[in-house]
Amino acid sequence: MAFYVVQFLTGLASAASLFLVASGLSIIFGVTRIVNFAHGAFYMLGAYVAFTLTERFSGAFGFWGGIVIAALVVAVIGVLVEMVLLRRIYHSPELFQLLATFGLTLMVEDLVVLIWGPDDLVGRRAPGFKGAIDFFGQNIPSYDLFLIALGPVVLGVLWLLFQRTRWGVLVRAATQDRDMVAALGVNQKWLFTSVFALGVFLAALGGALQIPRDAVNHAMDLRVIVEVFVVVVIGGLGSIIGAFVAAVLVSELNAFGILIFPKISIILVFLVMAVVLIVRPWGLFGKPEAPARRTPGLTVNPWRPLTTNERLAAIAVLVVAAALPFVAGNYVLTVGSEIAIFVIFAVSLHFLMSVGGLASFGHAAYFGLGAYGVALLSKMAGLPMIACLLLGPLLGLLGAAVFGFFAVQLSGVYFAMLTLAFAQIVWSIAFQWVSVTGGDNGILGVWPEKWAASPSHFYWLSLGIAALAVVILRIIVFSPFGFALRATRDSPLRGEAIGINGKRIQWTAFVIAGTVAGLAGALFAYLKGSVFPDNMGISLSVDALVMVLLGGVETVSGAVVGAIVYKALNIWLVSQTDLSKLVLGGFVVLIVVAFPKGIVGTLEAFMHRRRKSSSSASSPLLTSRIESAE
Amino acid sequence: MRGYFVGAGLAIAVASMATGAMTTQAMAQSEIKIGEINSYSLLPAFTEPYRKGWQLAVEEINAAGGINGKKLVVISKDDGGKPADAQTAANELVSSENVAMLTGTFLSNIGLAVSDFANQKKVFFLAAEPLTDAITWSKGNRYTFRLRPSNYMQAAMLVEEAAKLPAKRWATIAPNYEYGQSAVAVFKKLMSEKRPDIQWVDEQWPPQGKIDAGPVVQATAAANPEAILNVTFGADLVKLVREGNTRGLFKGRTVVSFLTGEPEYLDPLKDETPEGWIVTGYPWYSIKTPEHDAFLKAYQAKYNDYPRLGSIVGYQTIKAAAAILAKAGSSDPEKLIAAAEGISMSSPFGEITFRKIDHQSTLGAFTGKTALKDGKGIMVDTAYRKGSDYLPSDAEIEKLRPKD
Repeated sequence: MAFYVVQFLTGLASAASLFLVASGLSIIFGVTRIVNFAHGAFYMLGAYVAFTLTERFSGAFGFWGGIVIAALVVAVIGVLVEMVLLRRIYHSPELFQLLATFGLTLMVEDLVVLIWGPDDLVGRRAPGFKGAIDFFGQNIPSYDLFLIALGPVVLGVLWLLFQRTRWGVLVRAATQDRDMVAALGVNQKWLFTSVFALGVFLAALGGALQIPRDAVNHAMDLRVIVEVFVVVVIGGLGSIIGAFVAAVLVSELNAFGILIFPKISIILVFLVMAVVLIVRPWGLFGKPEAPARRTPGLTVNPWRPLTTNERLAAIAVLVVAAALPFVAGNYVLTVGSEIAIFVIFAVSLHFLMSVGGLASFGHAAYFGLGAYGVALLSKMAGLPMIACLLLGPLLGLLGAAVFGFFAVQLSGVYFAMLTLAFAQIVWSIAFQWVSVTGGDNGILGVWPEKWAASPSHFYWLSLGIAALAVVILRIIVFSPFGFALRATRDSPLRGEAIGINGKRIQWTAFVIAGTVAGLAGALFAYLKGSVFPDNMGISLSVDALVMVLLGGVETVSGAVVGAIVYKALNIWLVSQTDLSKLVLGGFVVLIVVAFPKGIVGTLEAFMHRRRKSSSSASSPLLTSRIESAE
Repeated sequence: MRGYFVGAGLAIAVASMATGAMTTQAMAQSEIKIGEINSYSLLPAFTEPYRKGWQLAVEEINAAGGINGKKLVVISKDDGGKPADAQTAANELVSSENVAMLTGTFLSNIGLAVSDFANQKKVFFLAAEPLTDAITWSKGNRYTFRLRPSNYMQAAMLVEEAAKLPAKRWATIAPNYEYGQSAVAVFKKLMSEKRPDIQWVDEQWPPQGKIDAGPVVQATAAANPEAILNVTFGADLVKLVREGNTRGLFKGRTVVSFLTGEPEYLDPLKDETPEGWIVTGYPWYSIKTPEHDAFLKAYQAKYNDYPRLGSIVGYQTIKAAAAILAKAGSSDPEKLIAAAEGISMSSPFGEITFRKIDHQSTLGAFTGKTALKDGKGIMVDTAYRKGSDYLPSDAEIEKLRPKD
């Protein structure tokens, strides 16, 4: 019995650590709607700064003072980031801020290694909380008890802050309806900055408090960020109490789950999230989002098919690209194939995001399923390459059909997180089912047949399929189905009123996107000759998001450019510099500032303005743009 | 319209790569190039000392006149911890840099990915660090050689000591991925062969890098084992040790632990180092052989820092590559294979041989016990165990390894 009590308390201590970080994320998201990918980076910075301070200042005062000061220092950094970077892009398309914070995260990962060195750092134990307390023969670390107490205290303080202060009222109001708060004359800039500062402070505090238990290292950020997101979503976005309950739920399920299934930890949080979101689409304590008051004029200029001249230009570019094998060597061709494959992958996600309005955080699942489909068919069934390429993506289709059915019942970030959960479940199956998938050692020896083996032939194959995918998806965009999908995106209610079955349309779009992603994955398996669980991991999903956002989410085919720029740059930087993350992150941040609508989106807006000024009276209807209220 | 941007992006990408490829052609005559790949950005704690190690080796080789009169150049790439990126790097090294061979890699799955690439493209590959048994056995191929003692070998070394313990109730804690799984599997198998009386009472599989140490420690303690096998390392190990110390998990229990004696993983523990663990590792401070003294002196003179195990691996990888290249007198992969099979050379750990039968080197490892000295963790009662003594019989390997 004593054991179960202690295990429960241990779970509570884990929950408290998780809650501190999650509460900050929840507050930031609730008010600013920023998916703050850099939250983990702030958590890590908090730990590093606290390590330095607590090593320098001795004694109890030095330790606790160091922890609080570290959190404050990082909060100041957070304020700077908000004022210098994020303020510029609040009006960018949804999720664009994710790109900026992603760039920051990359930079911080390299910076901490530059500043603090590559070794794991082990900080001091907390003065006064070094030992353990005996509980019927079981030991409970006193620091755990401290954390267990701290969790509810922070919850209480936040509750008072939100319920009893004017600032708290404003924050709650903004969480519920930002536009109305702005309309009532509240200074949003100040509100956002202060909220961001509080959120970052909590993240850094959470990191700093890990010093007595953890090793401070440069991978802390990724370890925590996904888990924290999951906790926030399970609890319900913007709900502090929800975050607390979710943290306890997840931690306790883990603490007791490992007694029965020792391998459960790897997937537990995602299983819980999938179940919660299917049963309660807005998380445990979340409220249904009010239907978006977004005006239909979402895009700067309404989409239209390419004109004849533009088509000719596109074909010319394709011809130039197809001539590459006559001038370039094998390496360039293989990189070219890889870029072409990522163009397919990115346009498939772009289709879902920009046309369907459904941002998936787990799109790599279908890419990976396509790859595994090919690998299993060719290794186990011994099918020829053509058959594998045709049948492999069907696994992506199947996955998308099953998961998509549940996912499209949700919208916004909840949709995104459910897709992430499904992707992680698929990933963990590939990771754990060693007898079939080979586990993390993957499936090797999936090389193309002779006719496609040479780099130039494989390049032409990839380029051809990429061109085909882009054309087909464009045709779908401008087909009646595409219009119905856009109608559902812009106004679900009006769409339904004219007889469009929105969910079914979105589901179909999800399946289409998943199948195309599977096709990319199938090609990728042959390009690399092997398949790993990595091919469906979170980082690949994030890469795809970055490509789409970089290109411009409000364009028809911006992802093509986004994929080429990001992938080429990534490969080139990794090959040329030891600080590829720092440079790439810095580049992403620069692009975010220079092209606040993505590369293609910004250029389109620029061309559009120029055209407008040159022929100002041409068509006022087309150019009238309705600003959304924010 | 949009097409122009596509074209521009592609043109930039192609142009930048093409120029990179051209400048490297001219120098080819007077130098020999080795392509090296490792997870520099993902695992700097290991790869920084590793890099220092191979840079020292390159310096020494060129100071001694290079390889058959040609200057040795190592071109190093980062794989970011991703198998797919490792293959991109391997491809660049082979296709545009025209390297004579590939070396490096840390993670097992990356080692396997590059090994498969080498097999497909017929390139010689000397794997430095990946520990998986598959790379020389079940997925072995004729182009791939491996330097470090494998999972099996390290397990066999530990089992020799562990079997002497009186403990009958054993629990295991290992990271939930291939390395942890196969380390536990081999250890269990070899241990149960020697000691049929042993019971395996509990196993914990925390995700690599994400251990929730409190519950894991508590769950292990609840099974009341007499001894524990640990396979976690890095930040996970730190958390496990800290929770275990506070909760008294290690009191009165013997712990057998993979890799924990390596400075990379032992040093961060500082004064929390648990005493009396039976570990494999690298006690650079207590190795007194002329070969190691020479290495240690050169390393400390160059970097003003002590070597980690990574330094040894990096150093010996390039030394071995150079020895193979010198013996082959050519960069033809078939000649390299012929030269590498059975080649013997000196190393900081004494003479090693690359076996013909499975392309595994006989580099060994040190075993010993952890202890605290001046607030730091060290290994005591150390003994060097030759790799050749801890490999299965040739007949068994014949069964494991696919025919070329």
